[in-house]
Amino acid sequence: MNGPAWRRRGLLAASLADVLFLYLPIAVLIIYSFNAAKLATTWQGFSLQWYAALARDHALMVACQNSVLIAVVSTIVATLLGVSAAIGLERLPWRLRTWLDGALLLPLVIPEIMMGVALLLFFVLIKVPLGLLTVTIGHAAFNLPVVMVIVRARLRKLDPQLEEAARDLGATPWQAFRRVTLPLLRPAIIGAALLAFTVSLDDFVVTFFTAGPGATTLPLKVYSMIKTGISPEINALSAMLVVASMCLVGLSLLFQRKASHV
Amino acid sequence: MERQRKRGARSVTGSRASPAGVRQAGWLLAPALVWMGLFFVLPLLIVLLISFASRGTYGGVEWTFTLVNYRDLVDPLYLWIYLRSCAFALATTGLCLCLGFPLAYYIARAPARWQGLWLMLVLVPFWTNFLVRTYAWMNVLRADGLLNSMLMGSGLTSGPLDILYTDVAVLIGLVYGYLPFMVLPLYATLERLDRSLIEAARDLYASGWTVFTRVIVPLTKPGIIAGCLLVFIPSLGAYITPDLLGGARSMMIGNFIQHEYLVVRDWPLGSAASFVLMAMVLVGLWGYQRAGGERPL
Amino acid sequence: MSSRSFRGAMLLGAALCAAVAGSACQPQSDPSSKTLYYFTWSDYVGPELLESFERQTGTKVVVDTFSSNEELLAKLQSGASGYDVTVPSDFMVSVMMKQGLLAELDPARIPNARRLADGLEKLPVDPEHRFSVPYLWGTVGIGYDSSVIPTPPDSWAVLWDERYKGKISMLNDQREVFGAVLRSMGHSMNTREPAIIEAAKAKLLKQKPLVKTYTSDHFDQMLVSGEVVLAHGWGGPVARAMALKPSIKYVVPKEGATIWADCLVIPKTSRNKELAMQFINYLLDREVAARTSERLLFASANREAKALVKIEVRDNPAVYPDETALGHLEWMMDVGDTLRLYDRAWTELKMK
Repeated sequence: MNGPAWRRRGLLAASLADVLFLYLPIAVLIIYSFNAAKLATTWQGFSLQWYAALARDHALMVACQNSVLIAVVSTIVATLLGVSAAIGLERLPWRLRTWLDGALLLPLVIPEIMMGVALLLFFVLIKVPLGLLTVTIGHAAFNLPVVMVIVRARLRKLDPQLEEAARDLGATPWQAFRRVTLPLLRPAIIGAALLAFTVSLDDFVVTFFTAGPGATTLPLKVYSMIKTGISPEINALSAMLVVASMCLVGLSLLFQRKASHV
Repeated sequence: MERQRKRGARSVTGSRASPAGVRQAGWLLAPALVWMGLFFVLPLLIVLLISFASRGTYGGVEWTFTLVNYRDLVDPLYLWIYLRSCAFALATTGLCLCLGFPLAYYIARAPARWQGLWLMLVLVPFWTNFLVRTYAWMNVLRADGLLNSMLMGSGLTSGPLDILYTDVAVLIGLVYGYLPFMVLPLYATLERLDRSLIEAARDLYASGWTVFTRVIVPLTKPGIIAGCLLVFIPSLGAYITPDLLGGARSMMIGNFIQHEYLVVRDWPLGSAASFVLMAMVLVGLWGYQRAGGERPL
Repeated sequence: MSSRSFRGAMLLGAALCAAVAGSACQPQSDPSSKTLYYFTWSDYVGPELLESFERQTGTKVVVDTFSSNEELLAKLQSGASGYDVTVPSDFMVSVMMKQGLLAELDPARIPNARRLADGLEKLPVDPEHRFSVPYLWGTVGIGYDSSVIPTPPDSWAVLWDERYKGKISMLNDQREVFGAVLRSMGHSMNTREPAIIEAAKAKLLKQKPLVKTYTSDHFDQMLVSGEVVLAHGWGGPVARAMALKPSIKYVVPKEGATIWADCLVIPKTSRNKELAMQFINYLLDREVAARTSERLLFASANREAKALVKIEVRDNPAVYPDETALGHLEWMMDVGDTLRLYDRAWTELKMK
């Protein structure tokens, strides 16, 4: 029966179509990063000038660093707290859990701008100076429920008896968690952390309201270019970011393969 | 029967219902609850207070208690905005599910080594700036853009399709922006799918469709629900995509709230509109649960 | 025991969180240190000009950016502090003044503010320049493609011309769009008359089928690519489009249009007002102002700067309006609670 092979090919085709959809605009912006014109609508010849300009643009580099720093730290915080909360929730009695489930969903529901204004007013009220720290706190707050929702979805399909079995065999709760539950949660945790990182890297609204002097991130920079025209430098930067992350993925894959060969 | 099994599993284990189990759960939950209490609930209370205040002449907040903001929202014009946004959010969620499911399924079935690569492949486009991506889409969808050149070059259409600045363009932009929010939770549950169940169904001569609807979907329901939530809720509040790709010819709730907060400087009305939106989503979830659906999480 | 080790792990996790969160915290500004925090539109100041100021004064300038007047206001209104100089547009200056967010300037410390261009000397929102000094200014008009529209339009009426259906873009800004239609009907753009606003809305609804898009962000790109042939917009972006497509022209309609100015102000919360005024004076220096004007294609508020600007920029009506245009420009004023009416009409325009 060649059903499965046929089905697999169909799936692969659908997945590749999705990837094409995801990369269509990326391809366009990479092409336009080599455009000589300042406006991205007309092609005026090949040029590397935006890459050269990028190398000289100190402010843009600082913004890029800030973005990555905030994304990394807030992802770590959101993932640690979110995973722990997801596991904790699973152990609560049913009624309490239903109630908390709803409450922890709230941050997903409120419009970003209200969250931004609310955080801004709060930080001003408790006299915390605005800066990288406040932005990071805000990002961790909106990413925590995202992490939790994904990890919870997976936890619900785990067999609780696995951990029980480990306990029966003499494992401490910590051992049972580390050796049994954690490995089973790994794909969900990795997926959730990647998503949190992505959301943080690209957030504008909450970032704007919680940022203080010296805490400009890449999205803040790009949005503010609207008035004077978004420079193709940003295309060049995006292109480099995409290529660099692809290289990183490729490298890690290469190492993995080597490790598995040895 | 499925529900019974699960509820059974909950009470079987000693560590769950026992006081020790609850205490442990408390410790696990505490950091997140403290964090959210401090940086979400408290700030939100401030805005809740504001939603009962009124707008000062120059846009400040005047601290008088009033329900006027909520009353003002009961208006066919605003209702229409809410309805339109819900329609867009629903369509976006449905399309993301259709597009995202095969991809998530394929990734989950791929060898473990490749799964990480695929996840990155899905997310890396989103590491470029949102505005830059949106402008790139505008270049693709324009009358003389990439898509039309491809369609006309291949002879599929004779003239350019006017896609940009229509609802279709908005939908494309929204689906594009939220697709990863569907793919990741789906992947997280699909990866754990027990293959032997599918094999068993096939051995019993179930058709591909039956296997999908009777085995795969029920087993991945938590992932589907999580993905739908993560797509539906934020797409309800989107405002830049409708403005740029839709030509700002109409408004969504996101535009409306943004507009009230910033342009009109009416923080009380903006806050009230946000709370109404929140209430709508929560009532929807609650109704879903009461109607016999599973708990959203 | 098991539960204790578990608790330990949680505490460790919490400590780790605190540590990473702490590492993200930057040392905050010290009031005594000579650092100036400048909050501005992106690209509003060339890096070489900043460096030269830093060298002259031995200070450091940290630049942060915002993307709209409204965001800037929300930020300052909440009491967020730390910025020393910022650049709101004229109508926002008046809102900030009324809310008491701005510090008073000392004219003696900003000698360059005495050389303001005609028409800017008495800014209606702040005629004595107690709180603000104009920095860059310009007009709102119509950018058009003269290869498609042979007879140069001189009136807002061209935006209602059926021949250009689907080839028109309007700003996505309620006050500016109503400003254009109100002027075309012979009214002030700051009218508070409900009946007039209602009539203006009806006229805009009639125009809506002709409009391709409402955008404040990329009408210059659309003019260049030919997606639109008529664009309601600011002169600066139209001037940028001209550089790429010479057939693009700019006109300030004869019925009158908006004049705007971005003004330098010092938020009340600034801890470095002396240095802030020194910086404002530097930005208004005619050499510095001329270079800024050339780069951004906005007119400089310093009248002496115009002579130092490249001739093709100086003679571009999209950057420096001509005498006739100057005669019928109007400043956008805060309309107080009437803003609600405009908002309602705008929402109806969008939802119909």
